[in-house]
Amino acid sequence: MSEAPADIEITDPVTITLDGRQVVVQRGALLIDACERNGVYIPRFCYHPRMRPVGMCRMCLVEVDTGRGASLQPSCMLQCSSDMVVDTQSDKTRKAQEGVLEFLLLNHPLDCPVCDRGGECPLQDQTVGYGPGETRFVDEKRHYEKPIAISRTVLLDRERCILCDRCTRFAKEVAGDPLIDFQDRGSRTQVNTFPNQPFASYFSGNTVQICPVGALTAEPYRFKARPWDLEIVESSCTTCSVGCRVTIQSSRNQVLRCLGVDSDPVNWGWLCDKGRYGVEALNAEGRLGVPLGRGRSVKTDDETALEEVSWAGALRTAADAITSALDRRGPEGVAVIGGARLTNEAQYAWVKLLKGVIGTDNLDAQLGDGIPAEIVLGLPLATIDDACRPGSTTVVVSGDPKEELPILYLRLRHAAVQDGVNLIEIGPKAGGLTPYATVAMHPLPGELADLVRAVVGGGAGGAVAGVDPASIERARSLLADTDGEMTLVVGRRSLSEDTGFTADAVSVLVSAYDKVRILPALRRANVLGALTMGMAPGVLPGRVALAAAPDAYSTRWPALPAGRGLDTTGILTAAAEGRIDTLILLGADPLTDFPDRDLAERALAGARNVIAVDQFVNDSVRLAEVVLPAAGFAECAGTTTNIEGRILKLEQSTTPPGTARPDWMIAAELAAELGSDLGLDSVEQIWKEIAELSPSHVDLTWEMLSDPQNRDGLVARGDPLPGSVRFEAPEPTAHRALDSYSLRLVATRKLYDEGTMVGRCRSCAGLAEETALAMNPHDFERLGVEDGGRVTVSSKRGSTVIEARGEAGVPRNSVALVVNAPNFDVGTLIDANDAVNEVRVEALQSVAGETGSEGGS
Amino acid sequence: MSGGPRIVSARWEIDDAWKLSRYLETGGYAGLRSALDMTPHEVHEEVRSATLLGRGGAGFPAGVKWGFCPPDVWPRYLVVNGDESEPGTYKDRILMERDPHQLIEGALICAYATGIAQVFLYVRGEMALAQERVASALNEAYEAGYIGRRILGTDFSVDVVMHWGAGAYIVGEETALIESLEGDRGMPRLKPPFFPAAKGLYMKPTIVNNVETLSNLPWILEHGSEAYTTIGSESSPGTRLFAISGHVERPGVHEVPQGVTTFRDLIYGDEYCGGIRKGHELKMFIPGGGSAPWFFPEHLDLPLEGKVVGGAGSMLGSGAIVVMDETTDAVSACWRLMRFFSRESCGECTPCREGTNWLETILRRILDGQGRPDDIDLLLDIGDNISPGPYPGPGWGAENPEPVPFPPQQTTICPLGPSAVAPLTSAIRRFRDEFEAKIAQGAAVSV
Repeated sequence: MSEAPADIEITDPVTITLDGRQVVVQRGALLIDACERNGVYIPRFCYHPRMRPVGMCRMCLVEVDTGRGASLQPSCMLQCSSDMVVDTQSDKTRKAQEGVLEFLLLNHPLDCPVCDRGGECPLQDQTVGYGPGETRFVDEKRHYEKPIAISRTVLLDRERCILCDRCTRFAKEVAGDPLIDFQDRGSRTQVNTFPNQPFASYFSGNTVQICPVGALTAEPYRFKARPWDLEIVESSCTTCSVGCRVTIQSSRNQVLRCLGVDSDPVNWGWLCDKGRYGVEALNAEGRLGVPLGRGRSVKTDDETALEEVSWAGALRTAADAITSALDRRGPEGVAVIGGARLTNEAQYAWVKLLKGVIGTDNLDAQLGDGIPAEIVLGLPLATIDDACRPGSTTVVVSGDPKEELPILYLRLRHAAVQDGVNLIEIGPKAGGLTPYATVAMHPLPGELADLVRAVVGGGAGGAVAGVDPASIERARSLLADTDGEMTLVVGRRSLSEDTGFTADAVSVLVSAYDKVRILPALRRANVLGALTMGMAPGVLPGRVALAAAPDAYSTRWPALPAGRGLDTTGILTAAAEGRIDTLILLGADPLTDFPDRDLAERALAGARNVIAVDQFVNDSVRLAEVVLPAAGFAECAGTTTNIEGRILKLEQSTTPPGTARPDWMIAAELAAELGSDLGLDSVEQIWKEIAELSPSHVDLTWEMLSDPQNRDGLVARGDPLPGSVRFEAPEPTAHRALDSYSLRLVATRKLYDEGTMVGRCRSCAGLAEETALAMNPHDFERLGVEDGGRVTVSSKRGSTVIEARGEAGVPRNSVALVVNAPNFDVGTLIDANDAVNEVRVEALQSVAGETGSEGGS
Repeated sequence: MSGGPRIVSARWEIDDAWKLSRYLETGGYAGLRSALDMTPHEVHEEVRSATLLGRGGAGFPAGVKWGFCPPDVWPRYLVVNGDESEPGTYKDRILMERDPHQLIEGALICAYATGIAQVFLYVRGEMALAQERVASALNEAYEAGYIGRRILGTDFSVDVVMHWGAGAYIVGEETALIESLEGDRGMPRLKPPFFPAAKGLYMKPTIVNNVETLSNLPWILEHGSEAYTTIGSESSPGTRLFAISGHVERPGVHEVPQGVTTFRDLIYGDEYCGGIRKGHELKMFIPGGGSAPWFFPEHLDLPLEGKVVGGAGSMLGSGAIVVMDETTDAVSACWRLMRFFSRESCGECTPCREGTNWLETILRRILDGQGRPDDIDLLLDIGDNISPGPYPGPGWGAENPEPVPFPPQQTTICPLGPSAVAPLTSAIRRFRDEFEAKIAQGAAVSV
């Protein structure tokens, strides 16, 4: 991958002599970068523009005269100053380069023909370009066992390693997971993990990508292809909604790997492992290539197995279900949940079908686990760069970004550690950002808004929501220094807590500080696109409020919904009560994803017909009458919208399995089956219609999006316009006072869970950890619970026996569980209609002698 | 031990001088008391005018070094470099074992002069007795009020913490020592920007001084800089400890006035080493630790003064003189030194990590009778790739007595790589014929 330095604007010019010509460069820029920007590439191994230079490999030595005579100096360590004379071609420079390459090759095995890096190997390339031609080494090379697994996916061949410190530096400096380091010394120096501590980092795959030799290889790609056989397209990762730029690399119509692309505003070249290896799910067993149906349009027999049917039959069944719902109840009888997985174009096509043809507004892309659409659509959006602007203050009111939006976490971590950004973290419990936050506050569930009011307004000086007064005071003074300008990263803190508290907190901040911009920490791939395209009740494409729909919509669309529809909780409640005839699951698995398992079950049972559009048969899809197979990531072109509102191109790399189709095409065909023409026949043409209709996308043409200059994407208008959905301060959400017997439940996500895609991705499956009941050790004694002991935790919905574990970062009087863990579904405890879910915890009688406290914190 | 002026080794013959009571009986902590009667600035000026040169190897004036700390950045730290590990050097070990209070007193004087409230005393990992004695001295000094809060009733407070190294030569390099002290792997930092005086321990201004350097301070403060400068030569006042080992009658550490005494005095003088062991003659000697290019009989009359020795193409370095008589095999000696550097390379820079190992491998191969005719030029060219020469090829030897380039050019982060090359190239320059003979002999055997 290109590791070229980012272009910079020269603000403090100095003239240096580079290989005999005068060039103007930025004073203080690293010489190696300045030379590259001026067309002179200096060979290097350890230097990486996104990490601090270490000057270890000495490959970038060049002869430089800074006024004290020419000498060999490492250009990755040298800052440009005026009148520097640089000679990258002198005899001395060349001898040094040859010397270093000869040294590096002394112990490097010549196994290039069987090495995965062969053909794209910086050591190979630079040996050809700058090496001595032949070696004078006649002795025995260094030997190690090869390769050794340092994690589930990363293998290390220490014989190939040239000890450039890239992987180790990445682990320590970028990822903050210093789990690999140098061991031993001299020529026996080696990279390795610490005993019994694998390199279990969410970001481990990046070390493979930046390894300048084949020392680190990723298990999924080993021996799969040669680089020159790969077909490469540039696209955007859609595993979460950060929108990391990637190249998708395929061979023989099979995606073999994804590599990060250095996109300056977004991912800086990094990817999380879930995104990097997520493409494995594309080829996984069980991937749908043909429609499935039950041969009957009405669900009468749950035992009837899904069987393969024709597209014509499947579409007919789906259309009949919709028609019968319309006949029975009108448009309100049809509801759709899901759609965040789709491309912008497919989302538009479905919204046009649902709102413009069928006329229903019962549509929600968030599965009750997000935040109110009005926060995202009714407030000005921030970019990641805004949140990371050096010296600024950023407030994070969300779940743990490390678990939900890993690359956003990397950017925020970098901002806090290296750019002096003050993070005020207001999470549900201590998480990945906590060590880097200037102030970390973890209010009790239900008391978020009280805390934010105390921070903004100044209070009596006592503890609020379980947060100590010193932290509140510190946060207040940080915010007071911001001139009102700040970025608010806002997402779902906990699935067992009503989003009203978050909305309330946002409204307090927005009214207290006049220049607040929102960076939504919503995790589903294209959830921003979905909301912007109208996949939420009361919204039309372009952040337009349904109530204030301009004429353009009614003239271009056959119909418009009569009024505001239901969100996911509303849809599921209505379905459970038998008021939804046809429920369409658009890439949604409410049984797994909706926080309230009981309601989801009743809803799927209560809907007369369930239609699913998906890539796999999951728990919810299994209950559908008809399943339409959709094309997945890398199988269809289009655009996606990241959390910043940045529109990024998606390119097609391979063809979908069987007859699976892009989602927009399914919408168009379903419309045709319903006797209506959406008038949409290509992605490009759909975009054209979006740009004509949507006020947010009005200036963004397909040509602009396709321009290689705009590969980092173009940010759609992020400020509310007249007619936009508006965010209005909600009525404060009420919650009961804490009673001394109950504990408040916190339900948060982990990166690896039992989700459909994670489970289908070979490298990530099995990484989901079992959840324990995490609680503050201070609460142990009061409840008679021991660290590691087993307890019964019960809510009004259900009860389970689980291990209790002390975790100091959990607020007192609350307990935390992980959502979608392999051993327990926290959804069975949650009532989505309760603002705060309370549970009781009772210790099981411990067996004598069994304390189980050895793992305690 | 000689009869000359004794500044730092005065108590070495007293068996229990490491105990506080004996130290006080023999005038201990008088230097600190006189320092505390002066302002910190006056103490700094006193040390500056004494021209106390650093004894760790580089020979930089301590008073000047102290002045490099940026004026308004606090806190700042003093780190005592007791990681003495240059091959042949063992003077600091004896200073710490036999007179630890003198070192502590010196550190306190430095801390007082420079406004430091925290001292770290880094003792080499292998020096068990030194660690024990320093620790016990620290405890006694704390108890008696020489360290800690309000020392001797003044407003001066300082804490001293001892840290044990884990046994790595490279940690004698000041930035690697700082890394090690911070709990990281001992690897040198880049200079610039990490000059300890500006960005040292925990990125704060840090003074790193050698054990012997600091041990001179009590005497200087007690007797004044004027008395100090009357000893030794004008440019190198005071005394220095030299650790002599190898083929002499009486190896040991001797304190001698700088710049006055010659190598011949030290090696042959009856009050010092008493000459080469009976029946043998001098072949070569290392004048300043394993990193120094070798000297030969014609250098014996050079005075023990850094500048003069530097001008002759080597260095006094850490004050370690290794004497080798005619029974010493030059190739073996080179290999033994190279093995040390190869094993002690921290692994950071490619040329040092790979190059020293390659040099060792070739030297071992020559010794094992597997040498090749090209090996000598190869050794020189590898040396050139670690530390650019020029190192002329054949014909460069006794009849063309140009010294090896010194100080060696450094293209690595720290001087370890060049240090490994310098003695080898000086040996090849002098004893090329021995190298050639070894190779020819090996070829004859293996045919």
